[in-house]
Amino acid sequence: MTLIIGSLQLGLIYGLLALGVYITFRILNLPDLTVEGSFTLGLAVSASLTMKGHPLLGLILGILAGACAGVLTGLFQTKCGIHPILAGILTMSGLYSINLFIMGSSSNLTLIGHDTLFQIMYKAFPGLSKDIIKAVLALLFCLVFFLLLSWFFKTHLGLCIRATGDNEDMVRASSINVDVTKIIALAIANAMVALSGGVLAQYQGFADIGSGVGILVVGLASVIIGDVIFGRRSVTIGFVSAIVGSLIYRFIIAIALQTSIFPAYMLKFVSAVIVFAALSLPALKSQIALRKIRNKAKKKA
Amino acid sequence: MLTINKIEKTFLKNTPNELHALRGLNLHLNKGEFVTIVGSNGAGKSTLFNAISGSFWIDSGSITLDHQDITYMPEHRRAAIVGRLFQDPMKGTAPGMTIHENLALAYSRSKRRGLQIALRKKETELFREALSEFGMGLEDRMDTRVGLLSGGQRQALTLLMSTIVTPKLLLLDEHTAALDPATAEKVMDITNKIVAKDTITTMMITHNLNSALKTGTRTIMMNAGNIVLDISGKERESMTVPQLLDLYSKKSETELATDRILLAEK
Ligand SMILES: Nc1ncnc2c1ncn2[C@@H]1O[C@H](COP(=O)(O)OP(=O)(O)O)[C@@H](O)[C@H]1O
Ligand SMILES: [Mg+2]
Repeated sequence: MTLIIGSLQLGLIYGLLALGVYITFRILNLPDLTVEGSFTLGLAVSASLTMKGHPLLGLILGILAGACAGVLTGLFQTKCGIHPILAGILTMSGLYSINLFIMGSSSNLTLIGHDTLFQIMYKAFPGLSKDIIKAVLALLFCLVFFLLLSWFFKTHLGLCIRATGDNEDMVRASSINVDVTKIIALAIANAMVALSGGVLAQYQGFADIGSGVGILVVGLASVIIGDVIFGRRSVTIGFVSAIVGSLIYRFIIAIALQTSIFPAYMLKFVSAVIVFAALSLPALKSQIALRKIRNKAKKKA
Repeated sequence: MLTINKIEKTFLKNTPNELHALRGLNLHLNKGEFVTIVGSNGAGKSTLFNAISGSFWIDSGSITLDHQDITYMPEHRRAAIVGRLFQDPMKGTAPGMTIHENLALAYSRSKRRGLQIALRKKETELFREALSEFGMGLEDRMDTRVGLLSGGQRQALTLLMSTIVTPKLLLLDEHTAALDPATAEKVMDITNKIVAKDTITTMMITHNLNSALKTGTRTIMMNAGNIVLDISGKERESMTVPQLLDLYSKKSETELATDRILLAEK
């Protein structure tokens, strides 16, 4: 039971991350490494403001900080002509120092004895179990931002962003500034990622400078698991599938850890393998198909 | 309408591969003119279109469209008044999005929409009607992804997208060259209809000399970054394909590139 509710809570919180990764990886069509920095950025801002007694403000500023990180990467890519992957790496590296600065140059902050949003809710609803409250709060965040994003990608601006990932030339031909659409998309994606980190910090009651390491792969794994289940369809379904993917990912990890299939430190390795397997599958399939055809032809000859 | 004044463009300047692609080219188009452009490969035809639509900055000279100096206007802003089609049908549409979404995006050139919902009922009717004129059945497939359409259907859709908000200038760069003959003819018919409907000022590059003489109101021939022949009216009406070829070899110093100049079958 704790396993189920625990992975439900985490799955929803990391679902926000999956939404962000979906926007860059699936809609904009480029893997954005900024997330490794902006996840910790959200975490750091949220934790340090919670310690000052402003947990909600911590989340809001965390979202804004994440958006700024996205804008920066966007500017590097568009106005400075830096390769998209490298642009993300630059922001991510720079953010490491910024994050340490926000955390008062300590690599670890604990929120024990400080009121997080979760703590505030426990006090407001003393009759409910903490696990329920955690799950409901996480669900609420996911739901609100899912609805907001689904609406946004139905607007004209959202359409422009989707088209940018599909065919930049066509967007330019429709007299739309592609640089702007890219920057906005990166800002929104990283805002979501930072929010995910921010909620996580208050949920687990601590912030660690290394939280963002490998987080892109976690997000990608969620998106890809979602794709496998739902197929690749409209953006709204895509958002649902990213969140569901995140939930399933957490269940898999929780079960694997519980049954000690692998030790906890192998987590990121396993995540990388999942993503690798899913991404390489189409290419491997076609190679196998080609080999079959060749063998057949050989036999005939 | 369009005035091109002594434009110059050199690619890869100060390198061994330096290439003087546009050499002080002058051109004036009146409103509603439909100009066809011929010339061998590498003559600079596409480069001229790139200069007009702002794919790069020209080295010198100026371009004026409808009394507005567009020489230094960014490409995406020019796209609001200059429609453009390429040979590659994949270039002008977003394959992962539906016909409806593609059209909605193109239609937004008329007005910035920001956070309004993109697909609106009122416009759907307009799109359906415009699509039905193609006779391709696309009006009943508005929710189909464009990636699933054939090259001809995509090119017809692109044509509609670039003209759904009437542009001041339409540039067609061999837009039927990648299609099979029957489809090419169909797309050409649609092109003529659309251009005629709003008397859009149009420039069309083609390798089909017959089509170049038959279509539009004026024909120009390019060679080595400049215009070497400019005919219209009576002179053009009485011109035959062999005469045009003959003129071409006289005017150009370079070898005649017959490989891509198609002598019309009909
Ligand atoms: N972006 C570019 N960089 C370098 N050379 C170019 C570029 N665009 C065109 N050229 C060269 O300019 C010349 C004219 O090309 P183009 O205008 O495409 O010819 P065409 O008349 O066949 O359309 C060609 O030699 C081409 O290689
Ligand atoms: Mg060309």
